[in-house]
Amino acid sequence: MANEGTILTAADLAGNGARGDDPDVHGKFGIFGGRYVPEALIPALDEVAAVYEKAKNDAEFLREFDHLLRTYAGRPTTLTDVPRFSERAGGARIVLKREDLTHTGAHKINNVLGQALLTKRLGKKRVIAETGAGQHGVATATAAALLGLECVIYMGAVDCERQALNVARMKLLGATVVPVTNGSQTLKDAINEAFRDWVTNVDTTHYLFGTVAGPHPFPEIVRDFARIIGVEARRQMLELTGKLPDAVCAAVGGGSNAIGVFHAFIGDQDVALHGYEAAGHGLESGEHALTLTAGSVGVLHGSRTYVLQDDEGQTIESHSISAGLDYPGVGPEHAWLKDSGRATYHGVTDDEAMAAFSLLARTEGIIPAIESSHALAGALELGRELGPAATILVNLSGRGDKDMGTAMKYFNL
Amino acid sequence: MTTLQTVFAKAKADNRAALVGYLPAGFPSKDGAIAAAAALVEAGCDVIEIGLPYSDPLMDGPTIQDAVHRSLTNGTRIADVMRTVEGVAATGAATLVMTYWNPIDKYGADRFARDLANAGGVGTITPDLTPEESEPWRAASAAAGIDTVFLVAPSSTEQRIKAVVDCCTGFVYAASLMGVTGARESVNVAAEGLVERTKAHTDLPVCVGLGVGTGAQAAEVAAYADGVIVGSAFIRRILDAPDEAAGLESVATLARDMARGVRR
Repeated sequence: MANEGTILTAADLAGNGARGDDPDVHGKFGIFGGRYVPEALIPALDEVAAVYEKAKNDAEFLREFDHLLRTYAGRPTTLTDVPRFSERAGGARIVLKREDLTHTGAHKINNVLGQALLTKRLGKKRVIAETGAGQHGVATATAAALLGLECVIYMGAVDCERQALNVARMKLLGATVVPVTNGSQTLKDAINEAFRDWVTNVDTTHYLFGTVAGPHPFPEIVRDFARIIGVEARRQMLELTGKLPDAVCAAVGGGSNAIGVFHAFIGDQDVALHGYEAAGHGLESGEHALTLTAGSVGVLHGSRTYVLQDDEGQTIESHSISAGLDYPGVGPEHAWLKDSGRATYHGVTDDEAMAAFSLLARTEGIIPAIESSHALAGALELGRELGPAATILVNLSGRGDKDMGTAMKYFNL
Repeated sequence: MTTLQTVFAKAKADNRAALVGYLPAGFPSKDGAIAAAAALVEAGCDVIEIGLPYSDPLMDGPTIQDAVHRSLTNGTRIADVMRTVEGVAATGAATLVMTYWNPIDKYGADRFARDLANAGGVGTITPDLTPEESEPWRAASAAAGIDTVFLVAPSSTEQRIKAVVDCCTGFVYAASLMGVTGARESVNVAAEGLVERTKAHTDLPVCVGLGVGTGAQAAEVAAYADGVIVGSAFIRRILDAPDEAAGLESVATLARDMARGVRR
């Protein structure tokens, strides 16, 4: 695909608006989504929604975003055929969408650049963000450095430890990293703390939300900024294979990389959409992050969605070897895609993900993020199911450099 | 049962603001919470809010987070919250539950409203339930005969204030500042303006919470609001006390100071 010529359009950003898969005015995807937040934050959410609504139809904003995606993030990212890896998938043809090749090493940069530009339009000088694996934190710190914004990142103390490299990266980029020591000390608690900061500093601060969860309009905005993944991949698959894939696979934590790659295919009824959640030590162990496959409908972090919760609505702590999937909630659009049957969600254990992680490295020379390895493991099984005639697109959402500590421990390297 | 309507009518007749105290159920212990709330009533609190401990209290500051964490660690369940309400309502104070929405949602709105009414509770305060999402809860509460209190904030537009007060019965909770719960050096000056803006849209009593920690601050707020809400300052006294008995005494002392404050 030519590097010039394909200027991002409003339709690329947000679809054509007539597909019936945009939320209603209250941010509802069917019964999911909405806003369950302190009233103090409503004006800020309204402001973000209004500024975004204007920006997404503004040629100047689209041009700026497109320019950054192209010249800074390194888009479009390529597709890669992985024939040696595919041999283990019953011969089905697996094609990777290489988000790992973007600047900062994961798909998170797409959303972050879009929201950083919005922050300027909001007239705010400070951004805050939560991070689990550290990829969203690094991306946010990067965009903040690029655009001259003050940046504070909230990160669970447990995650700070298992992703120490990313903490150092954020600091080097000029961000302040605040370890969150309450609750489970992971992503969900970092989100709570970021909301507390936001309600206190909302006049000066934009909460640069990192996934398609949270109160309206975040699920819609983050999806739209991540949507470029699927828009590109759909065109590229047609160029590469002459047809659409039989299935699209992605890992699901909060769900932004998955929505990003799924969304452009939602209207293509013959393309199956498969999301893979972290099954951790397995469903029976109780130590997992199977929000969609084993959770129930509730409210978490401002949105109605599937939640890992007990019989009285207390959030249950999730587990995954991958910090980026270690979250007891999920974006409301995924909840809606699940209930409507348009997408199917499965669990992949720590061990299955680590086997796929190692396999891709050894067969193709690509070290994937452990998050993305869940989708790879899912694709291996799906390929064996669908047979050698099938083509499967996998969103390789990030690279595995950040996971070397975990890999060293897991494989005794 | 004492209703919010009688409490505020009586306070008004006495030409003073009502004093509203908050404590989470199960803190410092299941029985200790009832004893502490009873001490608040004895010392002059007119209304008690019993907090339902929740795992993700995103509008609470460190003091309430700490107390709630201890309560959950003590194994507090919704049945304990209801038992606490029953115990506190028996003292004659109007007793509400303050809770994030998800526990009610999971428990079942109708069931929660009915159980709360049966325990002698007079209503709820739901800080993360917006007017847009509140209809099922208002319907369940109306059916059970309990009040629904929602929050306005300094950032609220006139339109939002109107939408919120239209959902409220009993009183309106005005958050004095942009921020989380917790005592502050001074009560935000924005609070008075917010009360005034709120009163333009409703005849309901307007109570001010967030950041009130001393009798002097209570007096200051009582000059323009119908009620003064105190939570973190009481909890801090319990957290800092060497044992439950000392905590009770300390809380009662502060509550007496507050009660004098609203009567100045």
